[in-house]
Amino acid sequence: MTRRISTLFLTVFATGLLGSAAAIAQDAKGKPAAAAAPAAAPAAAAPATAPATDVNRFNRLLKPANQRNLPPTQDGIHDPASEGTTALMPPLSAFETLPRSNAGNRVNWVKALEDRAINPRWDRLDPNAVPVVMDLNIVREVKGSMPDVVYPHKQHTEWLDCSNCHPAIFIPQKGANQISMAAILLGQKCGVCHGKVAFPVSECRLCHSKKKDGPIARTGQ
Amino acid sequence: MKQVPWVTRVRRGLTALLFAVVAITLWTPSDSRAEYGDIVINNYADAAGMRPAIFPHWFHRIRFRCKVCHADLGFQFKAGGNEITMLKIIDGQFCGACHNGEIAWSVENCDLCHSGKPNTPTQVHESTIQKLAVPVGQGGSKK
Repeated sequence: MTRRISTLFLTVFATGLLGSAAAIAQDAKGKPAAAAAPAAAPAAAAPATAPATDVNRFNRLLKPANQRNLPPTQDGIHDPASEGTTALMPPLSAFETLPRSNAGNRVNWVKALEDRAINPRWDRLDPNAVPVVMDLNIVREVKGSMPDVVYPHKQHTEWLDCSNCHPAIFIPQKGANQISMAAILLGQKCGVCHGKVAFPVSECRLCHSKKKDGPIARTGQ
Repeated sequence: MKQVPWVTRVRRGLTALLFAVVAITLWTPSDSRAEYGDIVINNYADAAGMRPAIFPHWFHRIRFRCKVCHADLGFQFKAGGNEITMLKIIDGQFCGACHNGEIAWSVENCDLCHSGKPNTPTQVHESTIQKLAVPVGQGGSKK
């Protein structure tokens, strides 16, 4: 009997301890101490109220690392009540073996293809069909201090057919295409894919990759 | 040696509590956290009493290059811009070119595509324009 009582006491004590431990854990995750500290006293309430009161958390618009590549049942757009949802593949299980990147799906798809980590078909039926790859870099000089843009046909023709871009999105003629970051952000020109399925516009240097030589480079520093 | 049973009991209790706390801390109800490039297509689904269809680009690009669907099968680069219907699919157009029971599972697996939360609008999930136009956090204002 005494043992039971002491166990009970210990459990209550442990609950209190764990409450503060949870608060510390939340601090470590970058959440404000102010939100977690008052909740530490009622131990059970601490974890439950934290997310709702977390308006002032650090980098509130960024997706926390533990909420990337969630399985369909937790991703917010699939209906967890649907039987089909549970049958779908969790993205992380597919991405495990692929080279990672810092944006989008957090997979470097171009590298995955280069390294043969994936071998997507070029033809719907023929697994041995190979793409017609064109190795031609287009350099676009840009205004301001940003490095010039190098557009590699090679990586694009590994995935796409010429007709996907030419002539509807890009007129295949030097100087015929007006491209601006504003247009790209709105989903036109490069933005038809970049910012939707290909690496997003946050990865500036992947396109703006050629250092300027000349006066602009000096004033731009 | 006498104390061992209750020590293990406490230890067990502690472990269970720890698990509970960790589980609750990690689980946070939130906005959509789906994959970059997931397409929700809700042209006709809601009106027809079906869940909206979700197309995961990440899954398909591991198996096919963009060209197969966007050049050979005629999918436009526009979410909801292809006016896909089940009739077209069973006739072998659009999704039906592969989802025919030969290259990929066939159309009777309704729930595998029509798995979206009801009333989810047509969208490219996580697209730049979605991030620019829609506030991210619940009740949060733009930027």
